[in-house]
Amino acid sequence: MTPEQALLETEVAIEMITVVIDGFEVTVPKGTLVIRAAEKLGIQIPRFCDHPLLKPAGACRQCLVDIEINGRAFPKPQASCTIPVENNMIVKTQLTSTVAEKAQEGIMEFLLINHPLDCAVCDKGGECPLQNQAMSTGRPESRFEGVKRTFEKPISISSQVLLDRERCVLCARCTRFSEEIAGDPFITLNERGALQQVGIYEKDPFESYYSGNTVQICPVGALTGTSYRFRARPFDLVSIDSACEHCASGCAMRTDIRRGKTLRRLAGDDPSVNEEWNCDKGRWAFKYLTNRERVTTPMIRGADGELHETSWPEAIAFAAAGLKDKRAGVLVGGRTTVEDAYGYSKFARVALGTNDIDFRARPHSDEETSFLSRVALNLKTTYKDIDVADQVVLLGFEPEEESPIVFLRIYKQVSKRALPVLSDAPFASRGSEKLGAVLISDLSKIANLTTKSVVIVGERLAETRGAFSSVYELINKSGAKLAWIPRRSGEPGALAAGAIPTLLPGGRPVTDPAARVDVAAAWSVESLPTSQGRSTSEILLALNVKNLDAVVIGGVDPLDISSTALTQLLNSFVVSLEISHSAITAVADVVLPVAAVIEKSGSYLDWQGSPRVFEKAIADSLSRSDVRILSMLADEMGSPINLPTVSATAREIASLGKWDGTPVAFEKSVSEKITELGEKLNLKSWRLLLDLGTLQGGEANLAGTARKASAHISKARAEKIGVKSGELISISSELGSLELPVEICEMADDLIWVPRNSIGSQVIANLGFVNGQVKVIKA
Amino acid sequence: MTKLTPVLSAHWDEKDSFTIEGYKRVGGYKAVTKALTMEPDAVIQMIKDSGLRGRGGAGFPTGSKWGFIPQGDNKEHYLVVNADESEPGTCKDMPLLMANPHVLIEGIIIGSYAIRANHAFIYLRGEVVHVFRRVQQAIEDAYKAGLLGKNIGGKGYDLELTLHAGAGAYICGEETALLDSLEGFRGQPRLRPPFPAIAGLYAKPTVVNNVESIASVPAIINNGIEWFQEMGTEKSKGFTLYSLSGHVNNPGQFEAPLGITLREILELAGGIREGHQLKFWTPGGSSTPLFTDQHLDIPLDYEGVSAAGSMLGTKALQIFDETTCVVRAVLRWSEFYKHESCGKCTPCREGTWWLVQMLHDLEAGKGTEADLAKLLDLCDNIAGRSFCALADGAVAPIISSLKYFRDEYLEHQRNGGCPFDRVASTIFKTVGV
Repeated sequence: MTPEQALLETEVAIEMITVVIDGFEVTVPKGTLVIRAAEKLGIQIPRFCDHPLLKPAGACRQCLVDIEINGRAFPKPQASCTIPVENNMIVKTQLTSTVAEKAQEGIMEFLLINHPLDCAVCDKGGECPLQNQAMSTGRPESRFEGVKRTFEKPISISSQVLLDRERCVLCARCTRFSEEIAGDPFITLNERGALQQVGIYEKDPFESYYSGNTVQICPVGALTGTSYRFRARPFDLVSIDSACEHCASGCAMRTDIRRGKTLRRLAGDDPSVNEEWNCDKGRWAFKYLTNRERVTTPMIRGADGELHETSWPEAIAFAAAGLKDKRAGVLVGGRTTVEDAYGYSKFARVALGTNDIDFRARPHSDEETSFLSRVALNLKTTYKDIDVADQVVLLGFEPEEESPIVFLRIYKQVSKRALPVLSDAPFASRGSEKLGAVLISDLSKIANLTTKSVVIVGERLAETRGAFSSVYELINKSGAKLAWIPRRSGEPGALAAGAIPTLLPGGRPVTDPAARVDVAAAWSVESLPTSQGRSTSEILLALNVKNLDAVVIGGVDPLDISSTALTQLLNSFVVSLEISHSAITAVADVVLPVAAVIEKSGSYLDWQGSPRVFEKAIADSLSRSDVRILSMLADEMGSPINLPTVSATAREIASLGKWDGTPVAFEKSVSEKITELGEKLNLKSWRLLLDLGTLQGGEANLAGTARKASAHISKARAEKIGVKSGELISISSELGSLELPVEICEMADDLIWVPRNSIGSQVIANLGFVNGQVKVIKA
Repeated sequence: MTKLTPVLSAHWDEKDSFTIEGYKRVGGYKAVTKALTMEPDAVIQMIKDSGLRGRGGAGFPTGSKWGFIPQGDNKEHYLVVNADESEPGTCKDMPLLMANPHVLIEGIIIGSYAIRANHAFIYLRGEVVHVFRRVQQAIEDAYKAGLLGKNIGGKGYDLELTLHAGAGAYICGEETALLDSLEGFRGQPRLRPPFPAIAGLYAKPTVVNNVESIASVPAIINNGIEWFQEMGTEKSKGFTLYSLSGHVNNPGQFEAPLGITLREILELAGGIREGHQLKFWTPGGSSTPLFTDQHLDIPLDYEGVSAAGSMLGTKALQIFDETTCVVRAVLRWSEFYKHESCGKCTPCREGTWWLVQMLHDLEAGKGTEADLAKLLDLCDNIAGRSFCALADGAVAPIISSLKYFRDEYLEHQRNGGCPFDRVASTIFKTVGV
């Protein structure tokens, strides 16, 4: 067996080693570092460069301890962060060795001589490892009487990260993180001696999607986030565990609140999901909570055609009147919690008597509906499967852009053991390059799938007819593990809650009488609608042609669905549950303000299907979760759904449980024949992580690090059009056009790729579709 | 009286000693022919048995180092020659390469053959452009002569030799920093283990040897172990280059058996400059603790120097007479270490920054006796606490100067400044001073 194969074996016998630290025995797995073994005993050895998820550096020398092995003592104190435990090892830390104690004090003194000691104005003051360890290990008074090294204070290494070089202790955590974990070595140590400093390349700022982690792991105040700098003192903040609302990766988060306002968000610690990392969007995109467009009061549209603020009872009554006994559908949106999605799901069935409900605010297909309700719901693939995969196949899924922590997890294995990655992307994005992904033009190129392979399908696979069916066949044939990773955080939960035309909560098929009886009994209603409902696009179409009269809409941007979605709504009664003014509230008849994620409790399901439960971060928020408002609305309509609180909803979901009956078979579709292109190109697109997404609003520093939009075409195509790299081209459809600078890369000559929703490139708004044929000429 | 034993320097006085013809005329490249008929393991064993120890400072047995390379591992092996000679006072490798680059190339071929490497590198200090050009020419000539490249000497052995110019960092003399630099990264020492013998250049098994160590190999192959062992002392066998500089009448390279004393070398060098006496000296460059006139009869081999509290180092004997202010000399060295500290670890980076400031004050006569205790305490907090040995070297002159010349530090304080006439210590003729 090769070491690579051995690595893939999940059950490996671990050799345990017993060492004595400060007179206490501790038994730890072989390979454990001394500093970590000491932690198990509760012995804290001071440290700066050491980080459990980074490779040992031994740079700061703060963790020096005395070590002897087999009775032979090392002549010098050793860095406990670099030495693995061995049998017959005796370690003496600062607690029992005067040599170690003096060595540590000496290092601390050195670290402080060039440190500005500006704790009083430093963001880190109060939560600073340097400050804390200077207290525990430092001298009460400095012996340094010389001149400190000074640098210009702070320099910006990107629009969102500032660097104060004077404060830096040069532990290299940030540079090691960027290189080892994110694969973005955009910051390095420059110069030498006491002038050594963290720096960026002359023309390339620190534009990594993961740059915020360096701020979090900086053990001093050298790296600070532009948005948080000078905003708060750590001891004034209240920290609440929360979950990230931005994608389906499922990051554990920490939200820091002061007087009802979010000051910052940090990556939480969940070894099975995000380890200790998150992406910059999760960290910094929370200003939408407090932006000026926020809706706080219910509104109804008056006879004058304008929205007017009103009281809750009046708004609820108005909405109920507009919905009662009407043919209505529900568009949930992809950002709901499980509880809210369940609220919409139950509301649709009980109060509106319909299965016309869909969470997909994006291009979708019947094939996808079938895939989601028969296949995706029962997948068991997890992050752990990626850790031990023999191959990862990415289909309609660009992990760095669409689920950044999934990317980190794959990248970890790519850098550790050269995990092979295949992708069906039209060109190698930066993420694909980092993963060394082999690009495949069609699914028939996928070979050697085993039960250890992981196939990840994204939501964009719905845009290719027949793709889900091919994947289904591949998985059935090979036994490979399959994962469905949609872009939005709410989608897995909404699917489980039955916010889809084919399913009731818990995966119960709407067309199965036994399933309906199950749910009807639990809900204490006589019956439930029997036929499969309409999907998002079908609901919109029905509204447009007056087959439906009304619609309840959660957080939906119509331009995420189609260019005509908004106009299709115009003749219906629209009830909008929103956090901010939007294109929907602009046409809604009733606007009911709802709570944003940190103002409510609830849970998401991450792509693994694991619940990410979170509590209210802002305890005294007046905003209410969607489910509570839907419950009031149902009461008013005389068909109560009895979901007065989030916790009551969670209890009901738990007691209802999952469907254990026979699932309906997946209905396969056949791939489309490729139509003749002529002079046109096939448009491909996906969303970049940082773009014009609604939840990124109000955060200019974050937006500053977004990748610039450009159109990707092949070299041959560029020559044919007569453009050079960087020159503008015009891309047009029958519905509109956009202009972008060209980036030439290796891709098929009949393809063009543009970002889906970036500045200057909003594909649905500009061209009217996400996939289709476009005309491309030199602008 | 020990005699000089010119081996490496035997033909330096010949006009064309640096050319391939000149080298061949005096028996050059015969050792390669001989070695290539031997089993590689036999070559390693021979070097082990000879007792040749590393001439770069640490004195690790060269043959053992070669023996650490795992054989039959289906990996490429590399031999890297450390020619980044940059220690203050050290000046043996550059003259050797200037006068006889081919002896190094011959040693490289033999060493690479022994460790089964097909690619060797010379990491040469970049500032010495004239030496770089000379070595470059020598490599080119060796290729032309079929001594490098494919099927060397028709014996079926291939070796590529790459000459690389360092960019002027003292730390790149540290073997793992050198490897990082050679790979194109910033030169900073690597965490060990893994040691270079297991994962060195490009993570492949690598031997890093000093120029003089490798250059000594052909003579051993040619003349045998017994010949080599006739020279030197019990545990320090063979001949070596002693580089004499400073206040001596005839400075330069003195190739002699290990174990010669400074008294003997000084005699060969015509003594201390007229009218002056030896005050202090370094046995092996600025990072080896200072000696004084009490140490004239210490045998200059690895054990002898070490027993007397210093290190043989690079055998760079810097001689200072009584006109030299030891505080000033130590400050200058400290400034060097501050400038050359790579910045990776705290004690070296911050410590040298602080030491220089303290020494500046002490030289200017500021401070009190308590500052000397503080200075020593700082040295204690630096020595043995750093990532690599650079910082140990940085504090060596300070600690040793305080040991032997404490009163001179105090005299600065009493005097309110340096009591010495700076001009008097200059190397130039100073009649009447």
